[in-house]
Amino acid sequence: MSTPRELAATHWDLVVVGGGNAALCAAIEAAEQGASVVILEGAPEPYRGGNSRHTRNFRCMHHAPLSVLTDAYEEDEYYDDLLRVTKGETDEHLARMTIRASEECLPWMEAHGVRFQPSLSGTLSLSRTNAFFLGGGKALVNAYYNTAEDLGIRVAYEAQVTHVAMNGTRFEAVEADIGGEHVTIAGRAVVLASGGFQGDIEWLARAWGPAARNFLIRGTPYNKGVVLKDMLDQGAESVGDPTQCHAVAIDGRAPKFDGGIATRLDCVPFSVVVNNMGERFYDEGEDVWPKRYAIWGRLVAAQPEQVAYSVIDAKSIDLFMPSLYPPETADTIEGLGQKLGIPGTVFRNTVEAFNAACQPGTFSHNALDGLSTSGIAPEKTNWARPLDTPPFYGYSLRPGVTFTYLGLKVDDGARVSGTTGLFDNVWCAGEMMAGSILGQGYLAGFGMTIGTVFGRKAGQGVAAYLNGNHNNAR
Amino acid sequence: MPAEAMDVALQTSPHDLGLGTTGEARRQIEVCNACRYCEGFCAVFPAITQQKVFTDGDVTQLANLCHNCRGCFYSCQYTAPHEFALNLPKALAEERAESWERFAWPGVFGGLFQRHGVAVAAALIAALAAMFAVVSAARPAGGDGFYAYLSHAGMVAIFAPAFLLPVLAIAIGLRRYWAHVGGAPVTWRALVDAFGSAGRMKNLAGGQGQGCNFEKGDRYSNARRHCHQSVMYGFLLCFASTSSATLLHYVFGLEAPYDFISLPKLLGVPGGLLLVAGGIGLAVLKTRADPALSAARLWGGEMAFVLLLVATGLTGLLLYAATGTAAVPALLAVHLGAVLTLFLLAPYSKMVHGFYRLAALTRDAQLRQTR
Repeated sequence: MSTPRELAATHWDLVVVGGGNAALCAAIEAAEQGASVVILEGAPEPYRGGNSRHTRNFRCMHHAPLSVLTDAYEEDEYYDDLLRVTKGETDEHLARMTIRASEECLPWMEAHGVRFQPSLSGTLSLSRTNAFFLGGGKALVNAYYNTAEDLGIRVAYEAQVTHVAMNGTRFEAVEADIGGEHVTIAGRAVVLASGGFQGDIEWLARAWGPAARNFLIRGTPYNKGVVLKDMLDQGAESVGDPTQCHAVAIDGRAPKFDGGIATRLDCVPFSVVVNNMGERFYDEGEDVWPKRYAIWGRLVAAQPEQVAYSVIDAKSIDLFMPSLYPPETADTIEGLGQKLGIPGTVFRNTVEAFNAACQPGTFSHNALDGLSTSGIAPEKTNWARPLDTPPFYGYSLRPGVTFTYLGLKVDDGARVSGTTGLFDNVWCAGEMMAGSILGQGYLAGFGMTIGTVFGRKAGQGVAAYLNGNHNNAR
Repeated sequence: MPAEAMDVALQTSPHDLGLGTTGEARRQIEVCNACRYCEGFCAVFPAITQQKVFTDGDVTQLANLCHNCRGCFYSCQYTAPHEFALNLPKALAEERAESWERFAWPGVFGGLFQRHGVAVAAALIAALAAMFAVVSAARPAGGDGFYAYLSHAGMVAIFAPAFLLPVLAIAIGLRRYWAHVGGAPVTWRALVDAFGSAGRMKNLAGGQGQGCNFEKGDRYSNARRHCHQSVMYGFLLCFASTSSATLLHYVFGLEAPYDFISLPKLLGVPGGLLLVAGGIGLAVLKTRADPALSAARLWGGEMAFVLLLVATGLTGLLLYAATGTAAVPALLAVHLGAVLTLFLLAPYSKMVHGFYRLAALTRDAQLRQTR
């Protein structure tokens, strides 16, 4: 390890701000072209990698079976999947370019130590579209840090970049607090890959309103948007809507920060979901859970105190993925309401009305079974079975934010735009620019695709710039 | 576990620290089951995903299926300082060791030699002293080779009980294990599967042949797997050597000493070399691995056991090399002392892990074959 002063004494070819997937891809690409590279990772070493630590797969276009991926997954189908979740909030040119580039990324990832495995149990629907990392995202991050070490890339942990020093359209240095020392680290180029701002609750509250203080931050707590704000203040062009983020409904007892995948709750389609006044507010059976999963973060965020309760009975307790926390249980609906903290009789009335509205039919837990309610609002359009078999079980739900979409505008080569055009030597990759492509909603594995594609492009662009053939970089 | 039997009262919260050894392992297994990123590493994770709640027997079975390869630890997003503080290799190692203590017969020896390298050394010294006494005091009137120092009848009198009693003790422990984990009658198919896994040390291969995260932090390596193979096959060859000598003696009337071109030597010499080389390798790797990813209090006992294996192989080789010299009586006493210690401690030392591992692999094969 180098001391902060040693790092500051060097004039680096490339300074990489951030230490997740996109940052590492950029650093590796540039170092392989001979650049001297330093990575400034804000988190301490055990938490390195940002949200990449919590990811598990990579969505990849392919014309034929590729590595662990089956069949083919072509550009148009991939783009249609993206359009469906973003409802058109995407930059088609950048999106299609990202999709096309994803195919060549997979072999590159394997060549740099990433190991893939067939789809995990319970996610078989993704075996064609998504390649899963053996051991998950932290194993990918470890592989890239080992590659970086072998390439002679220097890494500083707990290195919080506070300011990007620009001279007009040129980057000159970053200011950073590293291990309690304030230093200036100069370089010929910079790649900004330090994520969104979900770790800054005050910023979230400014964007969302006070409700955001009740959100759980499912992703890394180290993405506080310091560099993002600094660049926006200095005239970098922005993309994305500050109120848009990847937010899902997770177990309400999950940690305030960094709960990750395990906080998922899959019981909603088989349940009755009520708010803290005991009232239903949305069709729990709209579609199978992976498809509807991402909308429930916003639904719960709109409820009083940003909390909801998913209630099932003994018929359904074994129908969904294991939960991280044990459910609350009681032999009566009133008793369960007391344990969950839902006062009064509204909850019981809601359940009785729901039970009375359930229609006869055949229940099927692994298909849209059309078993729906009649005569209540909102209706439940699938898997509607009365809650009549004690014990009753309840899980609390809260919005869990993984990352925010407000970011910097980049071109095809990942170069950042200022008010008067592209900056000379500033690139950006990963969640910090993902809002260009992912304007709203979320597509499983697409964050890693954006990070890998733009990280690599940034690194290649830097290398070309350093070698003086800038115009060929794109 | 059938769906109707799911008992959510068994489930814990990830924040419930201080639940005791089995409870802590259960807490961590539950987090793994909600995450599942490690499914491709070894047999433990696919086994976890087959259930939603875990009885004490389930936890013990998973613990004995774990080979402490540590792939899951280095990939885990929930290790300390995260508040879930997962360290599954350690939690399962603790549960595993405690289960061997619970199942040990007689129970009074349960944890003694697992935990205390000093106790292993003391047992060795006692056995050496006994062997020196026997070799020097009870020298027979005739006999060739080492039978000139200790008669065949004398050896049988010492080693038959020293072999059979530990086998009985281990068998009793395994029966207790099998009842605890709810094992079904053993089928030939399950045994073939289990021995196949053990023979290739499949669960130390990292799922894709890249090996473990044992001694090089988060980088993979097959060193531990290869050293372990060397020790296992070396030990089995040595055991086959002794068995073949017994057969030659009783069935064919051919008594030791044997020529180099003879079954006991052709099996024993390579076996001894593999045992010594692999054992030294394992001992060195053990000094490089992070002790916090295992049951740290067992480190001394495990190291002493590995060194005892090395000593057994090495003294056997030296004894053969010294054939016909004046060093034979002393080396014979040392070698027999080491063998005696190894056998007698087998049910109460790290040696027992092989038997429980095979039982766990067999149970795992049963469960996979019936679903």
